Amino acid sequence: MSTENGLSKRFEITGGDFGKAGSISTKIKEILQEIGINSTIIRRTAIATYEAEMNVVMYAKKADLTLHLTPAEISIRVYDEGPGIENIEMAMQEGFSTATDEMREMGFGAGLGLPNIKKNADRFEISSTPGKGTALDITIYLNQEGKK
Amino acid sequence: MTLKEIKKLLQAEVIYGIDRLEEEIQWAGGSDLMSDVLAFGKPGILLLTGLTNAQSVRTANIIDAKAIVYVRGKKPDKEGIKLAREKEIPIFSTKYMMYTACGLLFSHGLPGVSKIQNNK
Ligand SMILES: Nc1ncnc2c1ncn2[C@@H]1O[C@H](COP(=O)(O)OP(=O)(O)OP(=O)(O)O)[C@@H](O)[C@H]1O
Ligand SMILES: [Mg+2]
Repeated sequence: MSTENGLSKRFEITGGDFGKAGSISTKIKEILQEIGINSTIIRRTAIATYEAEMNVVMYAKKADLTLHLTPAEISIRVYDEGPGIENIEMAMQEGFSTATDEMREMGFGAGLGLPNIKKNADRFEISSTPGKGTALDITIYLNQEGKK
Repeated sequence: MTLKEIKKLLQAEVIYGIDRLEEEIQWAGGSDLMSDVLAFGKPGILLLTGLTNAQSVRTANIIDAKAIVYVRGKKPDKEGIKLAREKEIPIFSTKYMMYTACGLLFSHGLPGVSKIQNNK
């Protein structure tokens, strides 16, 4: 779907679906590659999106993920329905994780995902309502001059 | 180091990418933890892992890894192999365990990606 001020695409992530986990980020990477965006920017976007997608699969019930692309920036929004995060400051710390043994066997749950999203994004906002869900806004600038 | 040399050193089986053996690898990293790979992997890396689910290949693709070696005789699941073909990521399987596989490559000159942070 295209809009006059850029490209917008919406995806649904299903919580608990480990088989598919990561496939939406893989798709988004393909879309950005087809458009011909710089590979470093694609990689940063893909990593941040993948971490967000994995978190939805591991912790939430479902989420809407929107990719919005303008000439200036890539924006990824992930709004989930789920338990939310009680203490965001704590969740943002490297090493903090409530992952189960099953998730660790899948290769995740080191408590590095949220800090890694922040590291790869130019702008990152996270907000959450316990009992309702979590919202992530990830922005990566296409013109990297003078920025990260 | 070329993929061909890596295959030979590790006595590895090529699961996908037999026509890619001339390609050069600059650095490698070994982990079963995709969280670590996502946080510390570099583009072009050779990933050694014992994790065989589809996420091992998805993660490799996301970070622009160049190739994957599965240790201890493991092989990725069907979904993983399918994605590796689609994304043209060569995959190998070696009988060596993680430590030995990494040690063999490192001692033959393939560096790792770790950065030691010295808190000066
Ligand atoms: N969408 C979410 N809904 C509810 N809780 C979340 C969500 N995302 C993260 N969390 C909580 O924040 C913690 C830290 O998340 P983070 O992504 O940094 O690490 P992790 O997912 O546990 O491990 P890793 O990302 O390294 O695989 C999680 O363990 C979980 O408790
Ligand atoms: Mg995570």
